[in-house]
Amino acid sequence: MSQSFETEFEIDKDVPLVRIIREFAAEPARVFAAHADGALYAKWIGPANSNVTIDHWDCRTGGSYRWAITREDFDARFFGSFHDVRPNELIVQTFTFEGMRGEVALEKVHFAATGKGHTLLTTTSLVDSFADRDAFVASGMVSGVTDGYNALDGILAS
Amino acid sequence: MPADQLSRAFAALADPTRREIVRTLALGDATLVELSEPHDMTVQAVSKHLRVLEDAGLVTRSRDAQRRPAHLEAEVFDLMTKWIERYRREAEQRYQRLDALLEETKPKRGAKK
Repeated sequence: MSQSFETEFEIDKDVPLVRIIREFAAEPARVFAAHADGALYAKWIGPANSNVTIDHWDCRTGGSYRWAITREDFDARFFGSFHDVRPNELIVQTFTFEGMRGEVALEKVHFAATGKGHTLLTTTSLVDSFADRDAFVASGMVSGVTDGYNALDGILAS
Repeated sequence: MPADQLSRAFAALADPTRREIVRTLALGDATLVELSEPHDMTVQAVSKHLRVLEDAGLVTRSRDAQRRPAHLEAEVFDLMTKWIERYRREAEQRYQRLDALLEETKPKRGAKK
């Protein structure tokens, strides 16, 4: 039984923000846990063929995190603060790639119950400028900045 | 097209007036005067916006000395679309991993909570 849901993706025209909307076949508590529990988060945040290791993880209002993606050819670390954590409802956090210290994204993850015991997940990332937003998206965010640009070059060259 | 130019293209379209100009050009090439009329703008203002669009590679102006109509570079928009699509696919792959995890950790039916 494979259910597939469409991932809606919007780059906002008026503010430097990216919005991703997706339904999941699980109730908000479980989708929230997959975001709030570092060990679970490391299992899916990816990218493919990489290892995610958690250096530090304290998912509560005022807490912080730091984690790393390691791959044969590639290594990237990310850190941020959990600004506001409301169980099964909302996570507001900052997100910084250590290769670009001083740059920060403000992320909000909303968990909304749908009628069928499913969850509608809405994730927004807000950055300082449109140029930053587009570089951020071009980087594939957590797929790694240099990696993303290399792949983008390949796509644009083809 | 390098990534910084792609970023310039998106930045150029962040402006609502320039998006209006792009919409008009999507219907066909137009001169400065033709663009200034429907948008209720001075030729100078349109010229300034066109220069931003040109620098971003979204618009070219022909060498036709008198009229120099502006032309929309459709291929650049195709690239932008591809690029958004690639990002969407990455998000989709990430969420498919989350689907799998949620399936794996699903409580068994009849099991005690």
